[in-house]
Amino acid sequence: MISGILAITLGIGVMVAIRSISEVSEKAVAVNLDNLGANILVLPQGAGVDNYYAADIDAPTFPEEYVERIATSDITGVDNMSPKLTRRIDIRGQKLVLTGILPKNELASKPIWQNSGLFGADLKASCGPSPSNKTLGYKDEKLQRKSIDSLGASDCLLGANAAIRLKVKEGDKVNVSGTELSVGKVLSETGTVDDDRIFAHLHTVQNILGIKDQVSSIEIMGCCNAISDGLLGKLRNILPDTRVTSIGQIVSTQIKTNQLMNQISLIILVIIVFVGGISIGNYMWANVNERKREIGILRMIGYPKSSVYYVLMLKAAIMGLIGGLIGFVAGALIAWFIGPYIAGINIAPVPILLLWSVLISIFIALVGSILPAWFAASFEPYTNMQEV
Amino acid sequence: MTTILTVQNIAKTYRHRDGIVNALNEISFSVNKGDFVSITGPSGSGKTTLLLALCGLIRPTSGRIIFENQNLENASDKVLAEFRKKHVGFVMQNFSLIPYMTAIQNVMIPLGLNGHSSDEQQKLSSSLLELVGLENRQNHFPRELSAGQQQRVAIARALVNKPTMIFADEPTGNLDPFLSMEILEFLQKINKDLNITIMMVTHSPQAANYGNVRINLSEGKICS
Repeated sequence: MISGILAITLGIGVMVAIRSISEVSEKAVAVNLDNLGANILVLPQGAGVDNYYAADIDAPTFPEEYVERIATSDITGVDNMSPKLTRRIDIRGQKLVLTGILPKNELASKPIWQNSGLFGADLKASCGPSPSNKTLGYKDEKLQRKSIDSLGASDCLLGANAAIRLKVKEGDKVNVSGTELSVGKVLSETGTVDDDRIFAHLHTVQNILGIKDQVSSIEIMGCCNAISDGLLGKLRNILPDTRVTSIGQIVSTQIKTNQLMNQISLIILVIIVFVGGISIGNYMWANVNERKREIGILRMIGYPKSSVYYVLMLKAAIMGLIGGLIGFVAGALIAWFIGPYIAGINIAPVPILLLWSVLISIFIALVGSILPAWFAASFEPYTNMQEV
Repeated sequence: MTTILTVQNIAKTYRHRDGIVNALNEISFSVNKGDFVSITGPSGSGKTTLLLALCGLIRPTSGRIIFENQNLENASDKVLAEFRKKHVGFVMQNFSLIPYMTAIQNVMIPLGLNGHSSDEQQKLSSSLLELVGLENRQNHFPRELSAGQQQRVAIARALVNKPTMIFADEPTGNLDPFLSMEILEFLQKINKDLNITIMMVTHSPQAANYGNVRINLSEGKICS
């Protein structure tokens, strides 16, 4: 029985893990698209972009001077730049992400922060939306320009989840690798890796990490018209040892990855239907044969065929239910554990997958048990009487 | 005397790779309420086949079986299961106890099927085990009981639903002569005291003597 349940549990577990990661990352893509603001990323050569929103985490670095190189070039259409340096850190046993930002630029490219009370006046951009003309060059009106006056060298902003995990609130101090930072603001929950980030001034973070004058990414807000005119190519020309990519390309990669994962989970589903069904069916055959005499006795005493059938199918359904529940829990745990490593995001359990796990595993168990149960119900009780 | 069971011209044929086997051949008889019927005959004479047909565990190829005005020969599986549940108790040569259940749990099975509450099941089963002299063995598993004790548990289970008839297939086949006598006397006591009709298949002439009616079969036919 354990092997039967285990077969279903393993299959459902793997499926739930894959589906959880892909579903959550799909949602993250959507949320991130809304929140990112920027539409071009400059990353070090070799940085992975499977999850663009976390692509800069632990990525190799390149000189901060590249920001100036872009600013002083004759390239047009770059309205805003936001250099960042990002590393995973451990604070009081909590694994968080420390991100150094140049606040004015960073906030200007992140519309979600605009509601946090940190913004200043509209940034005047060459093709940004303005009250009188909000459609100039931008596909998404969320790409609005806002700026902040300052983020002090000893200040930090905390993602919602980071604040909860560190048990701090605005005005408290946080010790980051020996440097005391004052919490200026706890940001609203975004549902992205930003919730686990500590944002501090870029140069402060460079000092804390001992990575002077280096950044791990530059987010660029480029005019769509300029992108169409070959902005990415021009940036690549002046930054040859970097990877310049548009969000559209990255999202496309992300969607393809998710589609691949969904296809894999479908293949796994088909496999567990066969393996799980055969495994449960095999157990039920053995069980029916083992209990032939007992079934005969019950039939002799007055159990109708239908009762024998229903009892065995009920047993199969219970096995399926147990397998589905354990499989869901195992899958959710796997996703929760490995999600941050392979997708760069925290994977919370997806409730709808619980329903599907249970339904699928019960279905598999029932399908695998139909024949053995039918055989048991058809089994003539008189063989028990003739048995000595 | 009230006729409880009427058998009219029943036949049962089996297909076998060596040809057709006539296990029962146009058998007719009737049984009155309170009869103790001994069905005897040599091996292969059709004793067990007759018993199986009478309790609805196999269907006769032809003929009629009427129990208290109810035709059984063509009844559905559900009706036959209901008939066995309400009217029939079984005592088998191999005791037919479920090995992982205690004596009292084995006796409780038919009560559960008939929808008795758990308390009722306990109470009735306990009183039946007391009747068969096993009040101190209620929580013993079959493997912890002697052959005679196992058969007495089987008798308690057969009686617990207050059946109209008890079908016994070689009930003493696995018992020594002393225990055989004890079980047969007990069946006789049930027959007389509770007025329960007993149909007993046996190949033992001594056991057959406990019955007041004897049906002797030979090659699927009644010969006396």
